[in-house]
Amino acid sequence: MTSREKSAVPPSGLPASAIPLGSNERFLSMLGKMYVIREFEEAAGQEWHAGNIRGSVHQYVGQEAIAVGVCSNLRSDDYISSNHRGHGHSIAKGADPIGMMKELFGREGGTCGGKGGSMHIADFSIGMLGANGVVADGVTIAVGAGHAIKVLKQDRIAVPFFGDGAVNRGPLMESLNWAKIYDLPVLYVCEHNGYAATTRTSDVTAGEGFIARARSFGIEGEEIDGNDIRAVDEVARHLAQRVRGNGPAYIFARTYRHHPHNLRDSGAYRTQDEIDRWKLKDPIKLATSWLLEAGVARAEINAVEGDAKALIARALTAARSAPWPQLSAALENVQDLGAPL
Amino acid sequence: MIAEMTYAEASLLALREEMQRDLRVWALGEDLGPEGGLAGQYRGLQTEFGGARICDTPISESMIMAAGVGAALAGTRPVVELRFADFAICAADEIVNQTAKIRYMFNGQTRVPLVIRQAIGMRGGTAAQHSQSMEAWWVHVPGLTVLTPATAADNYGMLKAAIRCDDPVIYLEHKALWGIKGAVDTDAPLVQIGKADKVQRGDDVTIVTWSGMRVECIKAADTLRQRGIAVDLIDLRSLWPWDRDMVMDSVSRTGRLVVAQEAVRVGGFGAEIVAEVSEELWAKLRAPIRRLGAPRCPVPFSMPLEDACRISADMIVKAAVDSVE
Ligand SMILES: Cc1ncc(C[n+]2csc(CCOP(=O)(O)OP(=O)(O)O)c2C)c(N)n1
Ligand SMILES: [Mg+2]
Repeated sequence: MTSREKSAVPPSGLPASAIPLGSNERFLSMLGKMYVIREFEEAAGQEWHAGNIRGSVHQYVGQEAIAVGVCSNLRSDDYISSNHRGHGHSIAKGADPIGMMKELFGREGGTCGGKGGSMHIADFSIGMLGANGVVADGVTIAVGAGHAIKVLKQDRIAVPFFGDGAVNRGPLMESLNWAKIYDLPVLYVCEHNGYAATTRTSDVTAGEGFIARARSFGIEGEEIDGNDIRAVDEVARHLAQRVRGNGPAYIFARTYRHHPHNLRDSGAYRTQDEIDRWKLKDPIKLATSWLLEAGVARAEINAVEGDAKALIARALTAARSAPWPQLSAALENVQDLGAPL
Repeated sequence: MIAEMTYAEASLLALREEMQRDLRVWALGEDLGPEGGLAGQYRGLQTEFGGARICDTPISESMIMAAGVGAALAGTRPVVELRFADFAICAADEIVNQTAKIRYMFNGQTRVPLVIRQAIGMRGGTAAQHSQSMEAWWVHVPGLTVLTPATAADNYGMLKAAIRCDDPVIYLEHKALWGIKGAVDTDAPLVQIGKADKVQRGDDVTIVTWSGMRVECIKAADTLRQRGIAVDLIDLRSLWPWDRDMVMDSVSRTGRLVVAQEAVRVGGFGAEIVAEVSEELWAKLRAPIRRLGAPRCPVPFSMPLEDACRISADMIVKAAVDSVE
């Protein structure tokens, strides 16, 4: 199959029997995280349309299982880096959605004091090295962090999240070679949603895309259904262990974004049929249905969903009522020497 | 024909006509086909001219630029779309070390006839990596022609002139202008590269600007008129070469100069104008020159912080009043 055909076909879920025994609680908490991301993103979209959030908002809706499944297998001092579609990665790594919502509103108390906005959320206290406005630049930076881990002989790993569009940037290719020759503890996570903005990535990507490129540098990994939290969880656990103290590996996760690239495009480059078929494979719906099959009570699922809704409602209230930053902040943290004015 | 259209539509029309006129003209860049570019500047062109002449590319800025260079050396006239100036830096090596130097290093054996489009400027909340005004970077590089159209008419006439120019042209559209309408006379002679636009005549103070800041300067000039100060307002629209004659003539007459730019003030192109004017017209100046530009900080996201980094009409008015009083 060509990668184009593959990307148009919704992935299949694992049978419910594949759930490891006794893990319902773990998966329920992952589902809760996915709900937090979903609610955060839907709220961000609404607030953007209402004119309360400016700039670009790239929603992660539909891809939540990847960030949550991977980050559930990272330690708090492991590093991640992200791209323009970064809210889910940050939340999954442990960033506070209230601070993040304030950031999207450009308010005081935002994760970056309102100076970064949606595309530039970072939280160094949890090893989140930054979302990024430049495609693939987060990947190379994570490899640099991996280099530091090696220099400092630390027990950590670095995990760059990036899209299928990033695969064609030269620096990403340089990073693969680099991570391999220095044997860096880097777990590449390629989120293949089939599109880079309004372009089908299969139309502009030769060969088998990321996987073939990684392999050609001697980097191995696994291809998974990125909408199945169990698959992501299992592979991430196993590969995070392997990467720790060893050379790089990759996760190639097939998925789909439900919404337009950044709320601005018409979305006309995708068919409604394609969108509808992928929505049947919504990672939250999938996880919910097999958790129910595995004996988790509907009430428990409703409870995690309710908690997520309540948290995001609080985040919105907090963001709306937070003051604007002090104007002096505009000129702070440029550099130590030399005045901006 | 005179028609009302947006700044983005004007460039679309210009490119379309140039592609009809000259089969060697083609465009390459990300997302040109499906949605017709970020502001519809390419809308419908892929349907009309096909995927070979409106070429959708991977996210590969170095290669997009290098493909343009190679294709220019081999007989075509590419329009290289780099989206935002912020990403054009991903292709800075190809622009600075290759595009700009080839004609010179190879002693004129070849030219590099291409246009490098990269939108600049703040558009409201686009933050540090999508808001930069980097015109001074490019002006500093010998070999590059640098244009900054600010009206629909200029985006029509100047894009055409750029495409017909035999040297590489850095073509900087301003994001905040994309939706602004203006009259375009498609029968008017093409804009001559290097010729500034005298927006309005006045004898009291010269204001020199370019790109998005033209809009604020027009507002400022209106306010100043009400206060009895007549502004000679010049939109340079071409930064290299720039219209020394028009600026020197104007300042010789008014003896007063305000330069307003959106870009960071330190090391900006405004500094070049100020230096040239003070070297040449020192004896004719009747007041210190005023130079307005952004603080030397990245563009912050939050609205009030971003606004604090903008040059406003009020600031221009104040600078002009200070220089007259
Ligand atoms: C170097 C660079 N080129 C172009 C862009 C504009 N841009 C932003 S996101 C994007 C598409 C990215 O697609 P992908 O990496 O697949 O991520 P996805 O949006 O699908 O999550 C593009 C072209 C950019 N930000 N940086
Ligand atoms: Mg993608």
